[in-house]
This record gives sequence, C-alpha cells and structure tokens, in this order.
Amino acid sequence: MAISGVLRPGYVQVRVLDMKAALEHYRDRIGLDVVATGNDGRVFLKAYDEFDHHSVILREADEPGMDFLAFKVASEGELDVLHEKLLNAGVAVEEIPPGDMPAVGRRLTFIAPTGHRFELFATIGLDPTGPMVNNPELWHAEPRGMRALRFDHCLLYGDDIDGAKALFNDILGFSTTEQVVAPDGTVIATFLSCSTKAHDLALVRHDEKGKLHHISFLLESWNDIGHAADIMSRYEMSVDIGPTRHGITRGQTIYFFDPSGNRNEVFSGGYTFYPDHPVRTWSTDSVGKAIFYYERALNDRFMTVVT
Amino acid sequence: MTSHHRIEIENCGTHFRCPENEGVLQAMERQGRRAIPVGCRNGGCGLCLVLVTAGDFKAGPMSRRHVPCGEPAGLALACRVYPQTDLRVRLATDEDRQWSKQQCPAGRDGR
Repeated sequence: MAISGVLRPGYVQVRVLDMKAALEHYRDRIGLDVVATGNDGRVFLKAYDEFDHHSVILREADEPGMDFLAFKVASEGELDVLHEKLLNAGVAVEEIPPGDMPAVGRRLTFIAPTGHRFELFATIGLDPTGPMVNNPELWHAEPRGMRALRFDHCLLYGDDIDGAKALFNDILGFSTTEQVVAPDGTVIATFLSCSTKAHDLALVRHDEKGKLHHISFLLESWNDIGHAADIMSRYEMSVDIGPTRHGITRGQTIYFFDPSGNRNEVFSGGYTFYPDHPVRTWSTDSVGKAIFYYERALNDRFMTVVT
Repeated sequence: MTSHHRIEIENCGTHFRCPENEGVLQAMERQGRRAIPVGCRNGGCGLCLVLVTAGDFKAGPMSRRHVPCGEPAGLALACRVYPQTDLRVRLATDEDRQWSKQQCPAGRDGR
C-alpha cells in the first residue's frame, strides 16, 4: 500500500479542439473549478474536494487525446528512490525542473511501453479553494453541475500492456486488483491500484500505442450519478452508456464524451482494495458482465472508440 | 425557421432530413436511422468519417488525425457536418482511412 511511494493520480493533461466548449463541459457540467490559465493558453482546473492546485489541464490542439498522466509521490526522497529504480530498470527518465508548470515542483517523465507519457512529482502547491481544515464545512460554495469530488483514474489503450503493467507493479509499487484474461492466457485488460481504490490506472490491450479510453471523476453517490444523467440529457451531451454498474470494481457509472470526443466517466461506489487481496479474474466469455453488470453485454462503441 | 436539407447515404439508400444547425450524424440518430457508425459524436474519434460527394456544408472542429489539413474536398466527420444544401454522402472506405492516417503521423504531445 502506498503509505510511501506513489500516492495517487495527480493530474492529467487533455487535448481539446475548442477551449470554450471544453470549459463549458469540464467547468459548468462536470463542476470543476478553474484555478489558473497559463501564458500558453492551457487552463488548470481542480475538483472542489481536492487540496492540490490542479488535477486537470486542458490544452487546445488539433487532435484530442491525452498528453500525459501524472502520479503524486509521497515525498521528494521517495521521488529520488523511484527515479533510481526506473533508471536501474532501463527506463529513460527525463527530469523537468521546478517552475515549468504552475505550482508544481520537479517532475520525472517517461514513456511507458504502451506509448503513454507518465509523470511523477512530489511537490505541488495547495489551492485556497481546497477542502477546509478548521471546523471544516463540506465546501466553500455549493458544488456545481455533476458535483465531481475528484479526478479519479484513467483507462488507457496501448499495445504492450504487459510491459506497462510490469513497470507499474514491479518498479512503482502498484498492485493488480482485477484482470480480464483470454483462454490462451493473454491479459486483455488490467486494473492497477497504488492505494485502497479499486483502480488508479487501467490498461487495455490495443493495436495502437498511446490512446485514451477515458478520464474518470468520482461522484458521491448513486443519486449523484442520476443527477449527472439529468444534466447530460438537459444539455444534450453525448452519452456512451449508462447509468449502469461495473462488475469489475463494482462502481456505478456513466460514460460520456467531452466536446472534443474524449471519453469521460462519472462513477461512485465500488469496493475498498488492500494489497493482500487476491486478484479478481474475469474470462473473456464473461467480459460483458465484467464491464457492464446490468446489460451483461458490451457495446462496440465502448470497445473501439478512443482518442 | 431553420432550413432542413435532405441527406442521402449512397451506400445503403438511406435518406433523412437534417436542419442546417444540426450535425448529420446527430440528426440521423435522433430520427432512429442507422447508416453511419456512431462514436463520440464530437469530432474526436473518427468513426463517422464520410465523403460528401454532392452538396455544400459547414464543418465544425474535427480531429486532424482523421481529417488532415488539405483533405480531399468533402472528407469530414458526419457529426461535424452541418448541411447548407441537400447532401449526398458515402461512408469512408478503408483507403480513405489509410490515407488520413498517413497524412497525420502520431506523436504530437505537449508538456
């Protein structure tokens, strides 16, 4: 368990085709707060229940997708330890000095075998709109839109998920919580945790490198999932599937798309994971129930649409 | 009153009407028609790539991965095609998709 080492997903940088439309989506519908806008036009946002300066970065580009996903490490000392472990394992690591990104200290960046760029950092400033700490109220101002509590995890599609899984488990100290395995033993999907969450990162085998399947936000309850569904219909948002429940992680969920076609998820519930728990394994002939527990069948769009 | 135009899908003979301010894909889906594959509906995933073979349209923002700059006239994502006249449309072929892929190699990232 990551009392030391990697703590949790820190921030994700998402490419969007139109910043105005993206802000309406992430700020007004999902309910994130804008904390800063960079000189380069990037916009930094956070959910109301997060302490750290930002958890989502939007960058306008001519193609959607994910630039990178960063994990927060417990301390600068732990960051040094992980740096050495990565180098010893032959992973090419670039160190980005402090000050390159607002509020964030030095960052380590590397490309995983799936082609995705990941970062590790230990230092980030706190935002004054984070949770109160003295006789704390629930929030500074009542949450907007879908009332997302936090940025939670990403599911990424890539080719060498075995290599990426080994990197996260063996070098960075993650645990596998669940997996989908084909009859020949090939792992089709793997769910990884660095904490007591059922997943902090999920990987699915795919023939192209570096694709984004979804960015997930935590909501408080099944009622809030219903409220999110109301918002999606009211504002004619593009829905993929849901509200429904997962077999894997047991979370209650809706998948939908941002205005650039990046898939988002809102979810609630799910179980608590501890690193002594056995791995839960799903066979490919039960994958419908694994992904969508109520429908017991996958839709093609969920399997094939990525950015 | 918004003008409506007739959208004809060449491959399957399907046709439906689409207002000028609605995407062709969205209009198709809203009317319960099935012809063009439905993905993200927001110009990102490329699933609804079509070639408009006749008629005029305005295009909304689309991923350059799927519709590169300088594309053959008419290549567009149906979710971002807003008809200005009646349109004839055919579904993208594998060749269309291969061509798009070659024009836009992977590897654009910001930090």
